[in-house]
This record gives sequence, C-alpha cells and structure tokens, in this order.
Amino acid sequence: MASLSEEVLLVVKKVRQRKQDGTLYLMAERIAWGPEGKDRFTVSHPYSDIRCQKISPDGKAKIQLQLVLHTGESTTFHFANESTALKDREAAKELLQQLLPKFKKKANKELEEKNRMLQEDPVLFQLYKDLVVSQVISAEEFWANRLGGMNHGDPAPYNNKQEVGISGAFLADIRPQTDGCNGLRYNLTADIIESIFRTYPAVKQKYSENVPHNLTEKEFWTRFFQSHYFHRDRINTGSQDIFSECAKQDEKGLKSLVTQGVKNPLVDLLSLEDKTLDEGYGISKTLPSTSSANKSVKESSNSAIIKRFNHHSAMVLAAGSRRGDVPTDQASETSSTDGNSRDSDFFQPPLKKVKLQEAIEYEDLQRENVPKTVALNLKKSDRYAHGPVPLQSQQYTTSQDIINSVSYIRQEMANYKPSLTRVMSSTTATSAIAALSPGGVLMQPVGQQSINQMVPTDIQGELKHLYIAAGELLRHFWSCFPVSTPFLEEKVTKMKANLERFQITKLRPFQEKIQRQYLSANLTGHLEDMFQTAYSKFHIWQTRRMMRNT
Amino acid sequence: MKLNIEGLLVYFPYDYIYPEQYSYMLELKRTLDAKGHGVLEMPSGTGKTISLLSLIVAYQKAFPLEVTKLIYCSRTVPEIEKVVEELRKLMEFYVKETGEANNFMALSLSSRKNLCIHPEVSSLRFGKEVDGKCHSLTASYVRAQRHSNPNQPVCRFYEEFDAVGRQVPLPPGIYNLDDLKEFGRRKGWCPYYLARYSILHANIVVYSYHYLLDPKIADLVSKELAKKSVVVFDEAHNIDNVCIDSMSVNITRRMLDRCQTNVDTLQNTIQKIKETDAAKLREEYRRLVEGLKEANVARETDIYLANPVLPDEILQEAVPGSIRTAEHFVGFLRRFLEYLKARLRVQHVVQESAPQFLKDIFDKVCIDRKPLRFCAERLQSLLRTLEIADIADFSAVTLISNFATLVSTYSQGFTIIIEPFEDRTPTIANPVLHFSCMDPSIAIKPVFQRFQSVVITSGTLSPLDIYPRILDFRPVTMASFTMTLARTCLCPLIVGRGNDQVALSSKFETREDFAVIRNYGNLLLEMSAVVPDGIVAFFTSYVYMENIVASWYEQVCVGTCVAAFGSHRRWVFLTAAVAGRIRLLVFRLQGILENIQRNKLIFIETQDAAETSMALEKYQEACENGRGAILLSVARGKVSEGIDFVHHFGRAVIMFGVPYVYTQSRILKARLEYLRDQFQIRENDFLTFDAMRHAAQCVGRAIRGKTDYGLMIFADKRYARADKRGKLPRWIQEHISDGSLNLTVDEAVQLSKHFLRQMAQPFRQEDQLGLSLLTLEQLQSEEMLQKISQIAHQT
Repeated sequence: MASLSEEVLLVVKKVRQRKQDGTLYLMAERIAWGPEGKDRFTVSHPYSDIRCQKISPDGKAKIQLQLVLHTGESTTFHFANESTALKDREAAKELLQQLLPKFKKKANKELEEKNRMLQEDPVLFQLYKDLVVSQVISAEEFWANRLGGMNHGDPAPYNNKQEVGISGAFLADIRPQTDGCNGLRYNLTADIIESIFRTYPAVKQKYSENVPHNLTEKEFWTRFFQSHYFHRDRINTGSQDIFSECAKQDEKGLKSLVTQGVKNPLVDLLSLEDKTLDEGYGISKTLPSTSSANKSVKESSNSAIIKRFNHHSAMVLAAGSRRGDVPTDQASETSSTDGNSRDSDFFQPPLKKVKLQEAIEYEDLQRENVPKTVALNLKKSDRYAHGPVPLQSQQYTTSQDIINSVSYIRQEMANYKPSLTRVMSSTTATSAIAALSPGGVLMQPVGQQSINQMVPTDIQGELKHLYIAAGELLRHFWSCFPVSTPFLEEKVTKMKANLERFQITKLRPFQEKIQRQYLSANLTGHLEDMFQTAYSKFHIWQTRRMMRNT
Repeated sequence: MKLNIEGLLVYFPYDYIYPEQYSYMLELKRTLDAKGHGVLEMPSGTGKTISLLSLIVAYQKAFPLEVTKLIYCSRTVPEIEKVVEELRKLMEFYVKETGEANNFMALSLSSRKNLCIHPEVSSLRFGKEVDGKCHSLTASYVRAQRHSNPNQPVCRFYEEFDAVGRQVPLPPGIYNLDDLKEFGRRKGWCPYYLARYSILHANIVVYSYHYLLDPKIADLVSKELAKKSVVVFDEAHNIDNVCIDSMSVNITRRMLDRCQTNVDTLQNTIQKIKETDAAKLREEYRRLVEGLKEANVARETDIYLANPVLPDEILQEAVPGSIRTAEHFVGFLRRFLEYLKARLRVQHVVQESAPQFLKDIFDKVCIDRKPLRFCAERLQSLLRTLEIADIADFSAVTLISNFATLVSTYSQGFTIIIEPFEDRTPTIANPVLHFSCMDPSIAIKPVFQRFQSVVITSGTLSPLDIYPRILDFRPVTMASFTMTLARTCLCPLIVGRGNDQVALSSKFETREDFAVIRNYGNLLLEMSAVVPDGIVAFFTSYVYMENIVASWYEQVCVGTCVAAFGSHRRWVFLTAAVAGRIRLLVFRLQGILENIQRNKLIFIETQDAAETSMALEKYQEACENGRGAILLSVARGKVSEGIDFVHHFGRAVIMFGVPYVYTQSRILKARLEYLRDQFQIRENDFLTFDAMRHAAQCVGRAIRGKTDYGLMIFADKRYARADKRGKLPRWIQEHISDGSLNLTVDEAVQLSKHFLRQMAQPFRQEDQLGLSLLTLEQLQSEEMLQKISQIAHQT
C-alpha cells in the first residue's frame, strides 16, 4: 500500500461513514477513511479534488463533516466518539482549513484554465459539447491532448490576459458613513482590501501577522483606518500603533527607490547639469537646506503630503505592473547589480543610445521606408461589400486575328493524323461528350447556385460542427500512428470505436435530416470518405497485428 | 537632400525640410558672412539643431580658412549628447553622399564626473569629489613623488595619456561622451584630458555654457580656442542668469568658519614645510618677485582653480610685496576673514557698492585694493607650493579669495548686500553676504569680443530686442521664425475665470484666496477627465505649490463653503440644529486631489532632485502604460528647464499663474535698478519679460515637433493683457485667438475636447507636404521661396 510511505498528519478514530465505523486519516496529500479492522481505505480523496468542507451546525446531535468534491459528489463523516467528537471534528476541520487552500490553488488553476479556454474559444466549446457532453469521448481524453498542446505551445497569447490595475483613488473610494451617533462605518469590499494589499505589501504583512492571532479582521481594519498610516499627513500621533512600522517600512522602500536612481538618463535630474556651481557661487536661490529646524510644522506636513502622493502613485503603478514585469524586472535587477560593479558603463549605453536616438528623430522629415500604400477610399461601399460585378469581356479581337487563327486551325486540321493506338474506348468517349454537352455535369453553369445558396444556414452550421468534431476525433485517431506502445494500441482501438459511435450518433442523423429536406448535394460524402480511410487504415493495422500475433 | 543656400552647398541629412529650417539657414548664413553676431528664435521641435549643424559644417567645408571651429554650447548633459548624435547623423550623410571618408573631428567635453574611467574615482557620486580625487592622483608633485616612492598612487590612465596620448591627434570622427570613454578604455588613456587636449584641434566642440562663460573654468579650458570660431549658444533664453551666476558669490557664516579652519591648516602646513623644506618657499617667493608665474610651466593638472575674473582684467604684474611671503599672505587672509566676520555681525540689512566696500575695508583693517586683486592668484600659487592634495577641502578659502579678487577688480555692475536674516524668518540669525553680479554682459563680453560670430538661439527668446540690450552686443541679424503648420497642433487657451466668474490670478493679493485655489483645482480636475495620457501643471513657486496641494487635499470640489473647525483636518464637523437638538455630524470631504486620482495618478516635484527624478520616471511609466498621470511642477525648477514632455508625455500643460520672480528679494531689486540706470529697461518690462520667458518655456515643453500636439493653458487672467501676451514667442502668440482670451473653466474644457478630438485623427506625411514640409522640388519653386521669406520675422 503506497499510503504507508505517506506522512500521516492526523488520525481520528471512531469516525463513521455510511453507517460504518472506521478511522479517518489526514495525510499530506489526501484524506482517507478506512473501515475498522481493515487495512484498506474505502474512501480516499486527494485534497485537490475537494472543493470545500462543511460542518454541521453547533448544537446538532450529530457532529459531522462533509467534504464536497469538484465533481459535485460529497462524502460525509460522522464523528462518533462521544466524549471527544467535537474536539476531533475541530481538529480535522482546522487541519483541512490549512491544507485545502494549498491544493485548491493547484486544482483551481487547472479547472480555471479549462474553463477559460472553453469560454474564450467558442469552437472548442462546441467541440466539447459535441464530444464530451454527448459522451463520445471522455473529458480526460479530450483535455489530455489539449492542455498538453497548450502548455507546450506558445502560452503567451493565453496566459497574458491583461490584469486589471488598481484605481488610483481606491482609498478615497472608501466612503465612510455615519451611523447616527458619533461613529463611522467604513464599507470595505474584497476588492478594496485586495487593492490595499497589493499597493501596500507592508499592510498585508501586518495583516497576516496579526489577524488570526492577535486581532479579529474587524479590529484590524478599524485600527488601520484610525492609524496615522491612513491619515499620514497628521503628524505626531502615538508610536505604539502597529502601523507605524508600516510607515517606516514604506519610507525605507521609497528611499531605496530613490537611491536606485532612474534608468532613463534623460529624466535623471541629478546628472542633468554638467558642472554645477560650487557652494557659495551664484545667485543664492535661498535653499532652506540649512533651516530645516525652523521649518514650520505646517510646511513639513505639506511636504509630507507631497511625498505621500508620490509614494502612493508609485505604489499603485508598481502594483499594476508587478506581475507582467517579472522577467524584465529580473533583467533590470541583474543589470543594476552590474551597474554597481565597475563595468557599469559597458552596460549603460544601449538604453541611453536608444533614448537619445528617439529624442533626435524627426519622423516626418524622413521618407517613410514602408512601400507607399494607397488608402482605401470607398465611394460606394455597397459595391465593395457585394464584390466585383462581372464585367463584359474587354478583350476585343481584331478581324486580322480571327482570320489568322482560322487559317491556323485550318492548317492544323489539314495536317491532322489520328494516332489510333491511343484512342479512348467508345463508352468513355460518349460519357465525356455527354459531360461536355450542354446540360452535362461539366457544363453546368458555373456559380449560378453555389453550395452556400443551396443549403440553408443552419445545416451549414451543423455541417461545420460535424466537420470540426470529426476532425478532432480523426486527429486523435491518426495521432496514434505509428502504434508503438500498448497504450497507443488501446487508444487506437478506442478511437476507432469512438469514430464509429460518432458516425452512428451524429453523422447518420444528419444524413437522414438532409435527405428529409431533399437536398440533392452530397454534403457528407467527404466526411464519409475520411471515416472510410481511417477505418481501412485501422483494418490494415489490425490484420497486420493479427498476422504478427499468429 | 542637397540645398543651395545663397550659393553654399549644404548637405541636409533628411529627405524633406521644414520651410522655417530653410529660412533659418539663410539667416544663419548671412550672420556668418557678415562675421557678426546673431539672435535667432525658432520654435523647439522644428529641427533647429540640425539646421545649425548642417549650415555651419557646410560653411566650414566651403571656407575652411574663414571658420575654423564650431563651439556649440548647450545647457544640460543630455542636450549635449543629443547634439553630438545629430552631428553623427549629419556626418554619416556626408560620407554616404560624397563617398569620401570623414575628415572632421567633433567631440563633446564634460566634467570629470561624466568622463572619468578610473575605477575608484569615477565611482564617486559628486562632481566635486571626483575632481578632488582626480587632482590628488594627477597633480604634478604627486607624480613627481612617485619617482622616489613607487607606492604613491597615481592614475594609470593619465600617465598613459601623458606618455603617448599627445603625440598622435585623435583620429577624425564623432566622439560623444561614451565614445570618448570607450576610446580611452581601449587605449588606456584618460578621456577627460584627452578631450581637453583635443578640443584645440577639433573642428566641432560641444560643451556646456560654463566652459565659456564661467571665467574660473573658461580660463582653463577654452583659453586657446581659435578666434575664427563660431560660437552657438543653444537654449539661450536663460543665458543672462548663467552669466550672473558665474560671477556672483555668497558668503555665509558657516563658510567663514570653514575658511577659518582652512587658514589654520595652511598656517600649520607652512610651518611644517618651513622646518623641512624651506627652499621650496624661498623658490616660490623668488618666482613671485619676478612675476614669472607663467614661467613655471603650469601643468594642466595643477591648475585646479583659475582666476575668477575675466582674462582681460587679470593684472600682468608681479604679486605685491605685502603678500609675497607665505606667512604674510596667511596673515593677510586672516585679517580679511576677521573683517568679513565683523561685517556679518550686522543687525540690519546693508547694501553697498564695491568701491564703498573697498573704502571701508581700507579704513577698518588697512587692506589695500591691490593685494586683494591678487588674492586668488596668490592662493593658487600657495596651494601648489604646499602640495595640498585635497584641494576640494579648501573650497571655502578659495571662495573668499575669489571674492576678494572680484570685489577689487570690478567697480561697476556688482553690489554687496548683507542680510542678517532671511525675510521669512526674522527671528533666526542667518547672516549672508551676497556679492552679486547685476550685469550679465560682464561675463559674456570676452566671448563677443573674441570670437567672430556668436549665435544666440532658442525656442523662446521673445522679445528679441531685450537680449542684445542686457548682454550689450550689436547683432547683425535678429530673427524670429514661426512654425508653419499643416494643422494647428497647439492650442493656447487663457483661462481667466472660474465657473463662478471668480477671476483667476496668482497675484499676491488673491493667491491665498479660497475661491482661486478651488477654481484652479477644478480646472485641473476637469482637465484630467478630458485629456488623455499626461498632463503637466506648473506653479509659480515651490511654496505656492505646496500650499495649493495642501489645500486641494482638504478642499471639497463642490463649491459649498463649509465652516470648518476642530482639530482634525480631514474631518469637518458640521453643526446642524435638528429638532431643537444639536447633533454633531461628521463628514469626510472628498479632496480635489482624491477626485483627480480617479482619473490619473499624481506625481509632484519635490526639492530633492533624486526624488523628483524617480517621480518623473514613474510619471513617464504611467503615461506609457496608458494609465495617465499628472505631474505637478514648478516654473524655474529643474523640470521646467531640462525635461521635455514629447507626445503623450504631455498632452496638456497648465500654467497656474504668472511665474514672476520673487520681487521682494533685494538682489533682484538691485538688479532692476541697475538695468534701469544702465540699459534704460523699466523694472516692469524686465519682470514681465522674465516671467513670460519662463511661462513660455514651461508651456513649450509639451510641443516638440509638428507631429506632436498639446494644449497650453494659461490659468491667469493677466495673460490676456497685451503687454503680457505680446511677450510670448510669436509661434505661440499667433495661435491665441481673441475668443480664447478670457475663458471660464467650462469653456476651456469644451474647447479642449474639441481640439483633442481633432488632433486624434490620423496625421500623415502627405498632409504636411507642400505646406509645412517640403521636398527639394517644392523648395525650389518661386512661390515657395516667396513664402519662406515671410517666415522670418525681422526685428
């Protein structure tokens, strides 16, 4: 039993499941239950399968814990140990509470991914409906091929869904309401909390440090709004606040940002001046550098506001671009560490060069390099929409041409010698002539009634879906060749069965429907052909295998 | 394309040209032909730099004997680098078109901080530290000591350069700062000294203003540059302030204290040297007697500090006897220092002229004018003799001696103001002695005299005639060019009223007014809702911005006036009598800034440059990723002077108020008086001129080309007046319609919406062709030449 090697985190005895006594095991990756006296688990769920847990309300006679799976099934455990039932349940619940989120993310991610793919791609969704919902193939089979392909292929267009940034005014959006007496009520939504956390990681840290243990969530936020961290422009509030540390941390972050300097040399005010005047020279610009002490309280609070705005905006901006930027950030980090090393100058120029080139460029003075295009100027848009109107043939032949060609043909005819060894059989010849005579197959007026005019649109749509589904199935089928492993053997047989099932459940009804509507055109002929090719391939493979086996 | 500018073949490295560029080149050529000076204003973003470079390079190639060198001065390091890159483009075009290898040598020069490749020295943060450290490794006596003591650290790059670098000139090519460093690394030569040496034979030198205007540096670096050079001051709208800054000195009590310690150190060192190596001092004395300072072939690395006065003012005589010996000189310095200390002990403000100061110092401590004039010179010699390594530590005593030399050299154009305390804090003693230059023409005079052509150019030089007056020169050409536009891509609006008809103004009487501040806030708020991407707002001063930001933070944007009291600032307690009972209601009011935050992120310039840089970068990031941001900044601040907000980085600029300089400053008052007496410029004219050039600079930051577009909002009713409006550059002025002179906030928003919607339409090259963008054929047509001649606005 593989589970022996697993780490068992919690064992709860006397747990009933389906009226059977047994023991509940919480292991590192799954929860399992085995009936008493047997060394086998009859219930075993990986945590990733579990959607949530539910507990029976306090005061109920039966102390139960229910696990709801992603599939919708649920399993209920009844804690039957009279004296410690509640404690046992709490212990199990607590542990699950900690474990589930870890796995949830993983499971959810996959599920979300699938969900998203289906939502974004209507064709895929239709395919899913055609194949999985109608149970032609199982969901796993369907995804097995898909997800792999997705992950190996270019994930960029799928994963780079644009993230929603944070509103710059999210703090201002928290409108307090009066509750009638001297209190205030702040309405915090999950979004706002998320915004606060993303913008101010320091607060998030405080939250995770304090909330379950020291403070309730409500207390935490109350303190947050009371604290001078929120009203930072007010100075001289008490320092025993839990957020004073945050403020300091932010200050530090800001400082480090400032000392890091800027990457774009064109906005670096420090290196703007070539030669600054030495101290003492020049018309004094009365810098209050020496008089920081005599700065009034108001002034310093004003500059605190300004700092706060800069910091807030920078944080909001950073929060918005944090995820997308990870690779570039790393690059910049490495380059900045290089920048501290001696050879900084070797790394610096490219960006600088680019910026300089950008700055001196006059795009309108240069001839555009791209070939000149003519802007589409539609005078009559309906003509554009309906396509070109067939024009009368513009090729005129002069009489001289006609005379020439006639004489040429005459000459040819005069010299004509039938090569009797290469004549066609008479039947073929007649059929060819019939086909080429007016009313024959090849002489049907072209384009008079194209297929999309003959066939109603709903049938067309249906046909399209059939094609896509059949294509998908055939893809699965053909991807099994060459059949080299037993797994593939199994799959190919299954796929063949799937194909047949598809033909019967989907294709046949469709054909019948067409017939009922008296549509002459052979719409499904090509589909049938594809199936036949697959079948014959399968038969060849099968007979070969039989021969090899015998 | 190849152009024919009045018979001169000019290679222009683009396929098309703006009409004003052609016109600009014409004017420039006339200036060069006349060997005179010129003042040219052309809007930023119309390719001023490339026009300048194309024409002057062509001129140099055509008349190599007439113009030997181009000295291109710009303000900031990024600007310098941009110029060199444009030059590189031009030279590449030459090579491509003519097929000949490039024989031009062009390079940029910057301070050691930007050029040093010595591993230890270049890692220092501040320019001053780098300079000091460099000096301690390369001074001639340090290198001399190495002969006897091989452990003495020296800079191997300089040694290598000194050994072989001078024999072979730098090969032709375009050298930006990074190219120089790269070249230096490859050869193992010091790029800084290589560049300083190479500018003598370079065809084009690009460096910052200070290398020409600050006599302390100019004497070292630019002394030997050829007379037949063309000097270009780009972004020259602030050139008068640069001139003034380079000649002014401020002395605080802290400075004097540091000076005291410096003098003590000097004394001790002299004592020590006397015991060990008295011959050295005797040698110095002998040298000074003979007045043969120059004979002591001053190695380039030694001259760390040059004379603060202009070359033609330096006396070519021997140092007077009273300060010739080292001890006497130190004693002299002590006396001077004590005198200054005594002067700083005043209780009231003193203002006097240089002759008055000299008379007073003679009466009080018997210091004559002549030794004072030699003070800087003498200190230099002493520091060299004493072989002091950490020159940077002696900045205080250097400052004092420079002051001594300056005050005794110039009797005109300077004023001395001693303020015992700052105006805002009259209780705290913080005495400062301002020795302030009031006449910018003093510093720039040698430049005009020495070089045959000096071109002053910028995007905003209006009114043009004031520059020749305050810089005291006679230009041969003065022209202002407008921007020809296929679509009006700038939209200047003057917002004079709030929606409640309250007049908007930042003038002193109303600036603290609640209603004005609120209306300013509403303007910004409404704009933040309609303008895409970036908005830059400028305030008149830092203090004003702080106050406004603080009140916006508290204020409600709806105009209800709320009686606020209580100790809390963001919570306003309203009393309301309800059913005979007083109930306390608490409202948290929504600040204007918080409402703005709903639309855009807010970044604010601070007084700390590093912090502001970060805010700027974040601002650009926010504009880049589509979130949009607002930058609150200050006119005359670093951002307004050096940072461009191209395209989406600045779709609107809002100028809150008229950025007048702080008029209560005594230095300013003295300068205004001087301007009135010497140049007949009325105070108000100058103040308005100064305010408007800064306003124009601020709003001009947003438009950097014809494909760019932006709103320019002047939020002050005073902008509507003719005397203010008339001082804006012509290219802005001509787009201010009479209808947009006194708008309310709402009207401005409506106009902005309309403008932005129009501008958002695709704009292609074809739309511009023939109007604001010309091909060679179009340029040659008679009709177009007619039109072009009208672009230049002669004054």
